[in-house]
Amino acid sequence: MSGRRRLPLAWIVTLPFFAYTLLFMFLPAGSVLIGAFEGKTHGYTISNVTTLFHHPYIDAFKTSIEISGTTALIGGAVGLAVAYAAIREGTPRWVRSALTTFSGVAANFGGIPLAFAFISTLGPLGIITVFGRSHGWDPTAHGFSLFSKTGVELAYMYFQLPLMILVISPAIDGLRKEWREASSNLGASQLQFWRYVGVPVLMPSLLGAIILLFGNAFAAYATAYSLTAGTVNIVPILIGAYYSGNVLNNPHLAQAMAFGMFAVLAVMMVFYIPLQRRAARWAK
Amino acid sequence: MAYLELQNLHRDFGTNKALDGIEIQLGEGEFLSLLGPSGCGKTTALRLVAGFDRPDQGRIVVDGKDVTRVAPNKRDMGMVFQAYSLFPNMTAHQNVEFGLRIRGKDRADRRKRVDDLLELVGLGHAGTRYPHQLSGGMQQRVALARALAIEPRVLLLDEPLSALDAKVRVQLREEIRRIQLELGITTLYVTHDQEEALSVSDHVAVMYRGRIEQMGSPAEMYTAPATPFVAEFIGTMNRIEATVVDPSTGTIETGGVTLTVEAARGKARGDRVLVLIRPETVEVAAANGAGANTMTGEVLTHTFLGPVTRLKIVSGQSSLIADMPTARAAALPPGSKVDAALPATEARLLDLKDDEALPQITEEPGPAGP
Repeated sequence: MSGRRRLPLAWIVTLPFFAYTLLFMFLPAGSVLIGAFEGKTHGYTISNVTTLFHHPYIDAFKTSIEISGTTALIGGAVGLAVAYAAIREGTPRWVRSALTTFSGVAANFGGIPLAFAFISTLGPLGIITVFGRSHGWDPTAHGFSLFSKTGVELAYMYFQLPLMILVISPAIDGLRKEWREASSNLGASQLQFWRYVGVPVLMPSLLGAIILLFGNAFAAYATAYSLTAGTVNIVPILIGAYYSGNVLNNPHLAQAMAFGMFAVLAVMMVFYIPLQRRAARWAK
Repeated sequence: MAYLELQNLHRDFGTNKALDGIEIQLGEGEFLSLLGPSGCGKTTALRLVAGFDRPDQGRIVVDGKDVTRVAPNKRDMGMVFQAYSLFPNMTAHQNVEFGLRIRGKDRADRRKRVDDLLELVGLGHAGTRYPHQLSGGMQQRVALARALAIEPRVLLLDEPLSALDAKVRVQLREEIRRIQLELGITTLYVTHDQEEALSVSDHVAVMYRGRIEQMGSPAEMYTAPATPFVAEFIGTMNRIEATVVDPSTGTIETGGVTLTVEAARGKARGDRVLVLIRPETVEVAAANGAGANTMTGEVLTHTFLGPVTRLKIVSGQSSLIADMPTARAAALPPGSKVDAALPATEARLLDLKDDEALPQITEEPGPAGP
């Protein structure tokens, strides 16, 4: 009998995945990390990173975090409510299936088509804007502009909300009817059920989903660029400008900004992991 | 005066009549089991009492007050569900405490009550454990303590033991009965397990197709089934279709064999009847053709049931089931010719209408509604 140990088949079939991860995640990340500390001409420097703390870079981070946080929290809350309404007992089954199908498409909709869709509806000459104006209500007169930070947030909601619905639906499925009935039987109102049982049970999934939504918005580029042509200063647009721009070309500063994005997500994880652990302590 | 009354309850789910005029009266502190096959309406009845569903017609009265339209969280009823109803994010202690917190009870009172109840169900040591750290039996004990914590007016149990293994089931049903007697709480218990129902209840109501077929004490249900369905459902029963040939002597005829059954006296000649005989009352011996009131046949199978062995005997076109001590059954292996003596006095008789077919117990489709 041979003493040689053979690599199990299960490991062999995962090799393409690991190779892919290495080539397209770890190597680029390593390259960004090193590049962030390289000077424009030669040698290593921390000036790229320290530059991030000055205008306009720090503002770009602030705007990116605000847009991502706002759309993650609002998208998370509304997505949870919509998903629950579609899944709860008493809602016809076709509603859920239609919502899931729509969400599957909408969550992956973005870039130029999404920007065009919003410009056509809510832009200065969009059908809703024109309709509103013809009926005596002009959204632009109330300070709304699709090409502003609020406009970007509104456009992001188009994919954030469906993503939340897709991500949170399995967790809502896991809320057992017996828990609701038991809490009601013990004297609790609907609100008390959600306060003491529903939300705490969903909390680990909710936190995970909100982090996912934050990351999804934080890394989005094409929708904001197509919509605002760079007038809203967010980090991915700045990275694009510094990486491939003719005027602002400075790839190492772009890499430093990408490094900054890693750092922001790392800080998010520092808060998320203990929170998630605490929220899920009953499941261990 | 009845403490819990279900008056003419009707509930339809589409074309399916889940409940068809249920009438129940239960005294304070009594234990009633609703027994029947799946889909017979027993859980629907329990859910109506809990307030999770509303009847299409009829009333539910508790202690003289109509609660039919009262919301479930205002009914003060404790319910134990089939399984997995503990809140997973709370420890056993917090689960039991939940109803008391909702009621705004003082913290010290809550702690004492929860500790007492956990002791009562034998889980004083497990208060800090989460549901997934408890076995199925322990979870149901916690669920029972949680239901009792609010001092409910009626305790509702919806097949609370069905997900547990056989040994735990027996142990826990005895504990449920002990606690129910100790607290004197009016209890409605849903089960499809006749042994469970007969062993713990003051009263048993057998349900079939949304109706109560018979309600009585466990002994009455076993010894005096009022309908062919109850006879079939409670315990094992030999059912022999026969015709009365001599009412004065109680003689009946089945498949060419004449038998005497006391209960046939006073019937009309030619009446179609269903003779019900418990297997344990049938005396089986090696065939010698000399016995009175006997059917001669051949042993087809043996089923070992521990202290007794169940024999299936074929006699002409009829078949009989007889239970006999295992030690004696060995002398009558399958293939043996035997005489099965039927008891003249212990057999029950039910009238069969001319065109009535015997009921076959099958699972009814469940209600389409909630």
